[in-house]
Amino acid sequence: MISSASPRGAADVLLYLNGVTVSFDGFKALDDLSLVVEDGELRTIIGPNGAGKTTMMDVITGKTRPDSGEVFFRGNADLSRLDESEIANLGIGRKFQRPTVFENLTVFENLELALADDRGTWRTLFARLTGDRRERIAATLSRIGLAELGGLQAGALSHGQKQWLEIGMLLIHDRSLLLLDEPVAGMTDRETEATAALILDLARDRTIVVVEHDMAFVRSLGARVTVLHEGSVLAEGSIDHVQNNARVIEVYLGR
Amino acid sequence: MPGQPDGRSRPRWNAVFWTGFILCGVVLGLAVPVLNRWVAPSSPFALPDYLVPLLGKYLCYAMLALSLDLIWGYAGILSLGQGAFFALGGYCMGMYLMRQIGTRGVYQNPVLPDFMVFLQYKQLPWFWWGFDHFAFAMAMVLLVPGLLAFVFGWLAFRSRVTGVYLSIITQAMTYALLLAFFRNDMGFGGNNGLTDFKDILGWDLHRPETRIGLYLASVAALGLTYLVCRLIAGSKLGRVLLALRNAESRVRFLGYSTVRAKLFVFTVAALLAGVAGALYVPQVGIINPSEFSPGNSIEVAIWVSVGGRGTLLGAILGAVLVNFAKTWLTGAAPEIWLFFLGGLFVLTTLAFPRGIIGLFRMPRWTRRAASVPLAAEKQA
Repeated sequence: MISSASPRGAADVLLYLNGVTVSFDGFKALDDLSLVVEDGELRTIIGPNGAGKTTMMDVITGKTRPDSGEVFFRGNADLSRLDESEIANLGIGRKFQRPTVFENLTVFENLELALADDRGTWRTLFARLTGDRRERIAATLSRIGLAELGGLQAGALSHGQKQWLEIGMLLIHDRSLLLLDEPVAGMTDRETEATAALILDLARDRTIVVVEHDMAFVRSLGARVTVLHEGSVLAEGSIDHVQNNARVIEVYLGR
Repeated sequence: MPGQPDGRSRPRWNAVFWTGFILCGVVLGLAVPVLNRWVAPSSPFALPDYLVPLLGKYLCYAMLALSLDLIWGYAGILSLGQGAFFALGGYCMGMYLMRQIGTRGVYQNPVLPDFMVFLQYKQLPWFWWGFDHFAFAMAMVLLVPGLLAFVFGWLAFRSRVTGVYLSIITQAMTYALLLAFFRNDMGFGGNNGLTDFKDILGWDLHRPETRIGLYLASVAALGLTYLVCRLIAGSKLGRVLLALRNAESRVRFLGYSTVRAKLFVFTVAALLAGVAGALYVPQVGIINPSEFSPGNSIEVAIWVSVGGRGTLLGAILGAVLVNFAKTWLTGAAPEIWLFFLGGLFVLTTLAFPRGIIGLFRMPRWTRRAASVPLAAEKQA
């Protein structure tokens, strides 16, 4: 029998960044950044403002091209050569720092567009909203706690509800890797708790990378933490490990 | 799932819609021939002959407005060059009509149109070949505007040119075409354009029956254009277009190719505008470079915004009403027409941003908000 608990190092690598450098007008947003995320992992990334967290997300999702270095998904897809929609179709979903839902569409329609489905222009023109698709949307609506708001214009949602809708859109698209950029920014304590529970629930069957400032929230996720500083990795390990790291205290927690 | 509100007032393809649609078609299609042909000319209800092509012209403008509403009202692409596709379709039809004149021209040349004889052409330029066949000319009516829109759109959307920059380059496109078609050696009749048409498919263009026929063809084409636009606007692709108007990069991150979606509607809109232009030319009897003038395309945007953009019906209404006002005002008080048009645009933008249709329909936003506060409170 094969052992069910494989050692950590032997797990499949899902996302692999090696020596990634991005500079804007001479300022190095990412400086020789290397990062490995394993399949099925929940990873949190922290770092002070300007540490390169959002730029890293931009590189992974194709919004920004790296000046040098390599970015691979599942070992064979070179993300530095694909555009946003191609990367999205590989199974990488992103939630932005500022909630970006389609405010001029209803909550239901936001989920309809995110539904895992053929994205071709012609297929989209003749797509039918079958009972099965309606049920998947309804199930997602209740999972993100917006069951009764399907018909509401998304622009009329509260800030926290928009964040959930955006997570729901990632959920219904059925991605294997979710990148969440500050998912609890601007949320109340209660909303933050609910979001942490939602993320832990989602993490059971997919890989999630969370970028966050809120240390209490990061602690509640209980995941492996990577600390970024000036565009590269400063420390990595459990939350207790990094919080006790002298260099981390110096650049991030201390002073 | 029953009882699950999806919220949108999606276009329904139900009996109510089809009844209304067919009724409008029958009224538009029957009233004009009956009032023109079967009511005694002395009767106050009689429609004089000269009004038939005028009404047909309004319908062509309505098609042009629909084509702009499809890309502007839904995808947020404010093309200020829509008139160029209209004019290209018109020129293709004009070339067919020129070839039909044959020996009845002033110079009685069986092959060369009058202006070519006058400009001392020895033979028909290659790009005029085939235009003596109606089917070939009709294929070109679709192909020429469609191809230009496809190439132009592909270059613009791929380079992510949006908003006001896109509007400016569409103006530049139509202006460039205006200058090109003005040149005598382009082979399209230069400044004077193409005119003195005699007949279409063997029917004399000056006979009232032919004019009624062209009017009915315009009614049918307008109906078809409306159905095509409604199909696209009400589809999932229509919602992708609405979404990309709001947050284009977000649509890309969802995995949709926004370049292809925009290119698709932009090209469809150009095809529709081309057909409108082809029906317009035999009814007004002339096509010349002034149809490419940037001001024409801007006027189309005014019709759409007056009617109410993103509503389709508003585009038809706006095109017909503004052009009716134009016909009347340029006759009654020509010097105030441009002030009127400008004033109308300012008034619509400031006071009625949802246009005429918006005055009758409650905005989606308030209707929705009024029905949900209970549910929203439960969430909070």
